[in-house]
Amino acid sequence: MSRTALWLTIVGMGLVTYDIRLSVIALLGRVELPPHFQRDLRFVPPAVLSAIIFPEILRPGGTFYFSPANPRLIAGLVAWRTKNVLLTIAAGMVALWILQAIR
Amino acid sequence: MSEALSHGRRAEFLAGIRAELPILLGVTPFGMIYGALAMSAGLPPDAAMAMSSILFAGSAQFVVTQLFATGTPGLVIVLTAAVVNLRHMLYSASVAPYLRRLGPAWKGLLAYLLTDEAYAVGIIRYRRGPENGHGHWHLLGAGLALWTTWQLSTAAGIFLGSQVPASWSLDFTLALTFIALVVPALEDRPDVVAALAAGGVALLAADWPYKTGLLAATLTGIVAGLYAARWAAGHPDRRKATNKTPPERP
Repeated sequence: MSRTALWLTIVGMGLVTYDIRLSVIALLGRVELPPHFQRDLRFVPPAVLSAIIFPEILRPGGTFYFSPANPRLIAGLVAWRTKNVLLTIAAGMVALWILQAIR
Repeated sequence: MSEALSHGRRAEFLAGIRAELPILLGVTPFGMIYGALAMSAGLPPDAAMAMSSILFAGSAQFVVTQLFATGTPGLVIVLTAAVVNLRHMLYSASVAPYLRRLGPAWKGLLAYLLTDEAYAVGIIRYRRGPENGHGHWHLLGAGLALWTTWQLSTAAGIFLGSQVPASWSLDFTLALTFIALVVPALEDRPDVVAALAAGGVALLAADWPYKTGLLAATLTGIVAGLYAARWAAGHPDRRKATNKTPPERP
Protein backbone atom coordinates (compact mmCIF):
# COMPACT_ATOMS: atom_id res chain seq x y z
CA MET A 1 0.00 0.00 0.00
CA SER A 2 1.36 3.45 -0.91
CA ARG A 3 1.98 6.03 1.79
CA THR A 4 -0.93 8.17 0.54
CA ALA A 5 -3.32 5.21 0.53
CA LEU A 6 -2.17 4.24 4.02
CA TRP A 7 -2.92 7.69 5.43
CA LEU A 8 -6.24 7.98 3.58
CA THR A 9 -7.23 4.63 5.08
CA ILE A 10 -6.28 5.77 8.59
CA VAL A 11 -8.17 9.06 8.28
CA GLY A 12 -11.16 7.19 6.77
CA MET A 13 -11.23 4.78 9.70
CA GLY A 14 -11.00 7.70 12.11
CA LEU A 15 -13.95 9.51 10.50
CA VAL A 16 -16.13 6.39 10.39
CA THR A 17 -15.34 5.54 14.03
CA TYR A 18 -15.99 9.11 15.15
CA ASP A 19 -19.34 9.22 13.33
CA ILE A 20 -20.40 5.97 15.02
CA ARG A 21 -19.52 7.38 18.45
CA LEU A 22 -21.18 10.73 17.77
CA SER A 23 -24.31 9.28 16.09
CA VAL A 24 -26.96 9.09 18.82
CA ILE A 25 -25.31 11.80 20.96
CA ALA A 26 -25.73 14.27 18.08
CA LEU A 27 -29.22 13.05 17.14
CA LEU A 28 -30.75 13.31 20.59
CA GLY A 29 -32.44 16.66 21.10
CA ARG A 30 -33.54 16.66 17.46
CA VAL A 31 -34.97 13.14 17.47
CA GLU A 32 -36.43 11.46 20.56
CA LEU A 33 -35.71 7.86 21.47
CA PRO A 34 -38.67 5.87 22.74
CA PRO A 35 -38.47 5.60 26.57
CA HIS A 36 -38.37 1.79 26.55
CA PHE A 37 -35.34 1.94 24.24
CA GLN A 38 -33.46 3.99 26.81
CA ARG A 39 -34.33 1.48 29.54
CA ASP A 40 -33.25 -1.41 27.31
CA LEU A 41 -29.79 0.09 26.94
CA ARG A 42 -29.03 -0.70 30.57
CA PHE A 43 -28.05 -4.18 29.35
CA VAL A 44 -25.25 -2.78 27.17
CA PRO A 45 -22.49 -2.85 29.85
CA PRO A 46 -23.02 -6.44 31.11
CA ALA A 47 -23.56 -7.76 27.56
CA VAL A 48 -20.59 -6.13 25.82
CA LEU A 49 -18.12 -6.68 28.68
CA SER A 50 -19.06 -10.37 28.97
CA ALA A 51 -18.78 -10.76 25.20
CA ILE A 52 -15.20 -9.47 25.44
CA ILE A 53 -14.24 -11.53 28.53
CA PHE A 54 -15.64 -15.04 27.84
CA PRO A 55 -13.57 -15.83 24.71
CA GLU A 56 -10.42 -14.40 26.37
CA ILE A 57 -10.81 -16.92 29.19
CA LEU A 58 -12.42 -20.00 27.63
CA ARG A 59 -11.14 -19.72 24.07
CA PRO A 60 -7.64 -18.17 24.27
CA GLY A 61 -5.91 -18.09 20.89
CA GLY A 62 -9.06 -19.48 19.22
CA THR A 63 -8.98 -22.94 20.89
CA PHE A 64 -11.72 -23.99 23.32
CA TYR A 65 -10.28 -24.64 26.75
CA PHE A 66 -13.04 -25.97 29.04
CA SER A 67 -11.10 -27.47 31.91
CA PRO A 68 -10.79 -26.80 35.64
CA ALA A 69 -7.03 -26.67 34.93
CA ASN A 70 -7.41 -23.68 32.57
CA PRO A 71 -5.17 -21.10 34.30
CA ARG A 72 -7.14 -18.21 32.78
CA LEU A 73 -10.39 -19.61 34.18
CA ILE A 74 -8.88 -19.93 37.65
CA ALA A 75 -7.32 -16.44 37.37
CA GLY A 76 -10.69 -15.10 36.24
CA LEU A 77 -12.50 -16.69 39.20
CA VAL A 78 -9.92 -15.29 41.62
CA ALA A 79 -10.34 -11.88 39.99
CA TRP A 80 -14.15 -12.07 40.08
CA ARG A 81 -14.17 -12.59 43.86
CA THR A 82 -11.89 -9.63 44.64
CA LYS A 83 -14.30 -6.99 43.19
CA ASN A 84 -11.66 -4.26 42.93
CA VAL A 85 -9.95 -3.42 39.64
CA LEU A 86 -6.38 -3.18 40.98
CA LEU A 87 -6.72 -6.31 43.14
CA THR A 88 -8.44 -8.08 40.27
CA ILE A 89 -5.56 -7.46 37.88
CA ALA A 90 -2.92 -8.29 40.50
CA ALA A 91 -4.65 -11.45 41.75
CA GLY A 92 -5.50 -12.59 38.24
CA MET A 93 -1.99 -12.12 36.84
CA VAL A 94 -0.27 -13.75 39.84
CA ALA A 95 -2.67 -16.70 39.61
CA LEU A 96 -2.04 -17.00 35.87
CA TRP A 97 1.75 -16.84 36.25
CA ILE A 98 1.83 -19.42 39.08
CA LEU A 99 -0.37 -21.83 37.12
CA GLN A 100 1.67 -21.37 33.94
CA ALA A 101 4.91 -21.95 35.90
CA ILE A 102 3.82 -25.19 37.60
CA ARG A 103 2.47 -26.80 34.42
CA MET B 1 -19.01 31.09 37.87
CA SER B 2 -19.38 30.53 41.59
CA GLU B 3 -16.68 28.96 43.70
CA ALA B 4 -18.89 26.00 44.56
CA LEU B 5 -19.67 25.35 40.89
CA SER B 6 -16.06 25.38 39.73
CA HIS B 7 -15.14 23.18 42.66
CA GLY B 8 -17.89 20.75 41.64
CA ARG B 9 -16.54 20.58 38.10
CA ARG B 10 -12.96 20.14 39.23
CA ALA B 11 -13.93 17.51 41.77
CA GLU B 12 -15.86 15.57 39.09
CA PHE B 13 -12.97 15.84 36.62
CA LEU B 14 -10.49 14.51 39.19
CA ALA B 15 -12.92 11.79 40.27
CA GLY B 16 -13.14 10.70 36.62
CA ILE B 17 -9.36 10.41 36.40
CA ARG B 18 -9.26 8.50 39.71
CA ALA B 19 -11.97 6.08 38.55
CA GLU B 20 -10.02 5.40 35.34
CA LEU B 21 -6.61 4.87 37.03
CA PRO B 22 -6.96 1.16 37.88
CA ILE B 23 -8.13 0.47 34.32
CA LEU B 24 -5.01 2.15 32.96
CA LEU B 25 -2.98 -0.63 34.57
CA GLY B 26 -4.67 -3.07 32.20
CA VAL B 27 -4.63 -0.71 29.21
CA THR B 28 -0.91 0.12 29.33
CA PRO B 29 0.40 -3.35 28.40
CA PHE B 30 -2.36 -3.59 25.77
CA GLY B 31 -1.14 -0.32 24.17
CA MET B 32 2.48 -1.47 24.26
CA ILE B 33 1.56 -4.79 22.65
CA TYR B 34 -0.30 -2.88 19.92
CA GLY B 35 2.74 -0.65 19.25
CA ALA B 36 5.05 -3.66 19.04
CA LEU B 37 2.59 -5.56 16.82
CA ALA B 38 2.28 -2.60 14.44
CA MET B 39 6.09 -2.52 14.08
CA SER B 40 6.32 -6.25 13.38
CA ALA B 41 3.50 -5.85 10.82
CA GLY B 42 5.68 -3.32 8.96
CA LEU B 43 3.66 -0.16 9.64
CA PRO B 44 5.68 3.08 9.69
CA PRO B 45 5.99 4.42 13.29
CA ASP B 46 4.12 7.66 12.48
CA ALA B 47 1.20 5.73 10.98
CA ALA B 48 1.07 3.34 13.95
CA MET B 49 0.99 6.35 16.26
CA ALA B 50 -1.66 8.13 14.15
CA MET B 51 -3.91 5.07 14.43
CA SER B 52 -3.88 5.51 18.21
CA SER B 53 -4.70 9.22 18.06
CA ILE B 54 -7.08 9.34 15.04
CA LEU B 55 -8.84 5.99 15.40
CA PHE B 56 -8.38 5.65 19.20
CA ALA B 57 -9.97 2.19 19.37
CA GLY B 58 -7.83 -0.66 20.71
CA SER B 59 -9.49 -3.79 19.36
CA ALA B 60 -10.07 -2.20 15.92
CA GLN B 61 -6.40 -1.19 15.80
CA PHE B 62 -5.32 -4.79 16.49
CA VAL B 63 -7.60 -6.15 13.77
CA VAL B 64 -6.68 -3.65 11.05
CA THR B 65 -2.95 -3.95 11.79
CA GLN B 66 -3.22 -7.60 10.70
CA LEU B 67 -5.12 -6.49 7.58
CA PHE B 68 -2.45 -3.92 6.66
CA ALA B 69 0.17 -6.66 7.04
CA THR B 70 -1.68 -8.95 4.62
CA GLY B 71 -2.14 -6.25 1.96
CA THR B 72 -5.92 -5.81 2.31
CA PRO B 73 -7.40 -2.95 0.19
CA GLY B 74 -8.00 0.32 2.06
CA LEU B 75 -11.78 0.35 1.58
CA VAL B 76 -12.11 -3.14 3.09
CA ILE B 77 -9.97 -1.99 6.05
CA VAL B 78 -12.20 1.05 6.65
CA LEU B 79 -15.35 -1.12 6.49
CA THR B 80 -13.78 -3.61 8.88
CA ALA B 81 -12.98 -0.85 11.38
CA ALA B 82 -16.61 0.29 11.11
CA VAL B 83 -17.93 -3.21 11.89
CA VAL B 84 -15.53 -3.71 14.82
CA ASN B 85 -16.55 -0.32 16.26
CA LEU B 86 -20.31 -0.63 15.69
CA ARG B 87 -20.80 -1.46 19.39
CA HIS B 88 -19.83 2.15 20.10
CA MET B 89 -23.20 3.17 18.66
CA LEU B 90 -24.76 1.41 21.66
CA TYR B 91 -22.50 3.46 23.95
CA SER B 92 -23.51 6.60 22.07
CA ALA B 93 -27.20 5.78 22.61
CA SER B 94 -26.56 4.87 26.24
CA VAL B 95 -24.86 8.16 27.22
CA ALA B 96 -26.84 10.41 24.86
CA PRO B 97 -29.70 11.16 27.32
CA TYR B 98 -27.15 12.40 29.86
CA LEU B 99 -25.38 14.65 27.33
CA ARG B 100 -28.44 16.14 25.61
CA ARG B 101 -28.20 19.54 27.35
CA LEU B 102 -24.53 20.04 26.41
CA GLY B 103 -23.32 22.22 23.54
CA PRO B 104 -21.94 20.82 20.28
CA ALA B 105 -18.29 21.26 21.36
CA TRP B 106 -18.82 19.12 24.48
CA LYS B 107 -20.78 16.52 22.51
CA GLY B 108 -18.08 16.44 19.84
CA LEU B 109 -15.25 16.05 22.35
CA LEU B 110 -16.93 13.40 24.51
CA ALA B 111 -17.89 11.41 21.39
CA TYR B 112 -14.22 11.32 20.37
CA LEU B 113 -13.28 10.01 23.84
CA LEU B 114 -16.10 7.40 23.97
CA THR B 115 -14.16 4.11 24.22
CA ASP B 116 -14.97 0.81 26.00
CA GLU B 117 -12.95 1.85 29.05
CA ALA B 118 -14.24 5.45 29.36
CA TYR B 119 -17.84 4.32 28.77
CA ALA B 120 -17.63 1.60 31.43
CA VAL B 121 -16.51 4.12 34.06
CA GLY B 122 -18.69 7.01 32.86
CA ILE B 123 -21.98 5.10 32.76
CA ILE B 124 -21.50 3.90 36.36
CA ARG B 125 -21.00 7.55 37.43
CA TYR B 126 -24.13 8.68 35.55
CA ARG B 127 -26.30 5.93 37.05
CA ARG B 128 -25.03 5.98 40.62
CA GLY B 129 -23.55 9.47 41.09
CA PRO B 130 -25.29 12.67 42.23
CA GLU B 131 -27.49 14.55 39.74
CA ASN B 132 -25.41 17.72 40.01
CA GLY B 133 -25.21 18.42 36.27
CA HIS B 134 -21.43 17.92 36.23
CA GLY B 135 -21.32 14.28 35.13
CA HIS B 136 -19.74 15.26 31.81
CA TRP B 137 -16.63 16.52 33.66
CA HIS B 138 -16.28 13.02 35.12
CA LEU B 139 -16.51 11.47 31.65
CA LEU B 140 -13.98 14.03 30.35
CA GLY B 141 -11.51 13.19 33.15
CA ALA B 142 -11.83 9.45 32.52
CA GLY B 143 -11.62 9.90 28.73
CA LEU B 144 -8.54 12.15 28.81
CA ALA B 145 -6.75 9.87 31.29
CA LEU B 146 -7.35 6.94 28.97
CA TRP B 147 -6.39 8.93 25.85
CA THR B 148 -3.07 10.07 27.32
CA THR B 149 -2.22 6.55 28.52
CA TRP B 150 -3.10 5.04 25.15
CA GLN B 151 -0.83 7.47 23.28
CA LEU B 152 2.10 7.00 25.70
CA SER B 153 1.81 3.20 25.83
CA THR B 154 1.57 3.01 22.01
CA ALA B 155 4.72 5.14 21.73
CA ALA B 156 6.49 2.92 24.28
CA GLY B 157 5.47 -0.19 22.33
CA ILE B 158 6.72 1.31 19.04
CA PHE B 159 10.01 2.29 20.68
CA LEU B 160 10.66 -0.88 22.67
CA GLY B 161 9.28 -3.31 20.09
CA SER B 162 8.53 -6.84 21.26
CA GLN B 163 11.03 -7.00 24.12
CA VAL B 164 8.38 -8.25 26.56
CA PRO B 165 8.13 -12.05 26.17
CA ALA B 166 4.73 -13.39 25.11
CA SER B 167 4.91 -15.93 27.98
CA TRP B 168 4.17 -13.09 30.43
CA SER B 169 0.62 -13.09 28.99
CA LEU B 170 0.33 -9.35 29.63
CA ASP B 171 -2.53 -9.16 27.12
CA PHE B 172 -4.68 -10.92 29.75
CA THR B 173 -4.62 -7.80 31.95
CA LEU B 174 -7.29 -6.20 29.76
CA ALA B 175 -9.68 -9.14 30.18
CA LEU B 176 -9.09 -8.98 33.95
CA THR B 177 -9.90 -5.26 33.90
CA PHE B 178 -13.21 -5.99 32.18
CA ILE B 179 -13.99 -8.73 34.73
CA ALA B 180 -13.59 -6.14 37.51
CA LEU B 181 -15.88 -3.77 35.60
CA VAL B 182 -18.61 -6.28 34.78
CA VAL B 183 -19.06 -7.67 38.31
CA PRO B 184 -20.45 -4.41 39.80
CA ALA B 185 -22.58 -3.95 36.65
CA LEU B 186 -24.50 -7.15 37.49
CA GLU B 187 -27.24 -5.69 39.69
CA ASP B 188 -30.05 -8.19 39.23
CA ARG B 189 -30.97 -11.46 37.53
CA PRO B 190 -31.78 -9.96 34.10
CA ASP B 191 -28.26 -8.46 34.08
CA VAL B 192 -26.78 -11.89 34.80
CA VAL B 193 -28.90 -13.43 32.02
CA ALA B 194 -27.68 -10.72 29.61
CA ALA B 195 -24.06 -11.36 30.61
CA LEU B 196 -24.29 -15.16 30.29
CA ALA B 197 -26.14 -15.04 26.95
CA ALA B 198 -23.64 -12.55 25.52
CA GLY B 199 -20.69 -14.55 26.86
CA GLY B 200 -22.03 -17.83 25.47
CA VAL B 201 -22.64 -16.45 21.98
CA ALA B 202 -19.25 -14.66 22.04
CA LEU B 203 -17.55 -17.98 22.81
CA LEU B 204 -19.19 -19.75 19.86
CA ALA B 205 -18.77 -16.79 17.51
CA ALA B 206 -15.20 -15.87 18.51
CA ASP B 207 -13.87 -16.98 15.12
CA TRP B 208 -16.34 -14.99 13.03
CA PRO B 209 -14.53 -12.53 10.75
CA TYR B 210 -13.93 -8.89 11.71
CA LYS B 211 -15.17 -9.31 15.30
CA THR B 212 -18.77 -9.61 14.07
CA GLY B 213 -19.17 -12.26 16.78
CA LEU B 214 -18.68 -9.56 19.41
CA LEU B 215 -21.53 -7.54 17.94
CA ALA B 216 -23.85 -10.55 17.59
CA ALA B 217 -23.06 -11.59 21.16
CA THR B 218 -23.76 -8.11 22.56
CA LEU B 219 -27.11 -7.85 20.76
CA THR B 220 -28.09 -11.37 21.88
CA GLY B 221 -27.21 -10.44 25.47
CA ILE B 222 -29.36 -7.30 25.35
CA VAL B 223 -32.36 -9.21 23.94
CA ALA B 224 -31.92 -12.00 26.52
CA GLY B 225 -31.76 -9.40 29.31
CA LEU B 226 -34.96 -7.77 28.03
CA TYR B 227 -36.86 -11.08 28.01
CA ALA B 228 -35.56 -11.90 31.50
CA ALA B 229 -36.68 -8.48 32.78
CA ARG B 230 -40.10 -8.87 31.15
CA TRP B 231 -40.46 -12.37 32.61
CA ALA B 232 -39.53 -11.08 36.08
CA ALA B 233 -41.87 -8.06 35.80
CA GLY B 234 -44.83 -10.20 34.63
CA HIS B 235 -44.92 -12.17 37.86
CA PRO B 236 -45.53 -10.24 41.10
CA ASP B 237 -43.61 -12.75 43.21
CA ARG B 238 -40.59 -12.33 40.98
CA ARG B 239 -40.76 -8.56 40.82
CA LYS B 240 -38.13 -8.16 43.50
CA ALA B 241 -35.64 -9.68 41.06
CA THR B 242 -35.68 -6.40 39.14
CA ASN B 243 -34.96 -3.23 41.04
CA LYS B 244 -33.87 -0.99 38.21
CA THR B 245 -35.12 2.53 37.64
CA PRO B 246 -34.89 4.21 34.25
CA PRO B 247 -31.93 6.55 33.71
CA GLU B 248 -32.13 10.04 35.17
CA ARG B 249 -33.09 12.88 32.86
CA PRO B 250 -30.46 15.59 33.29
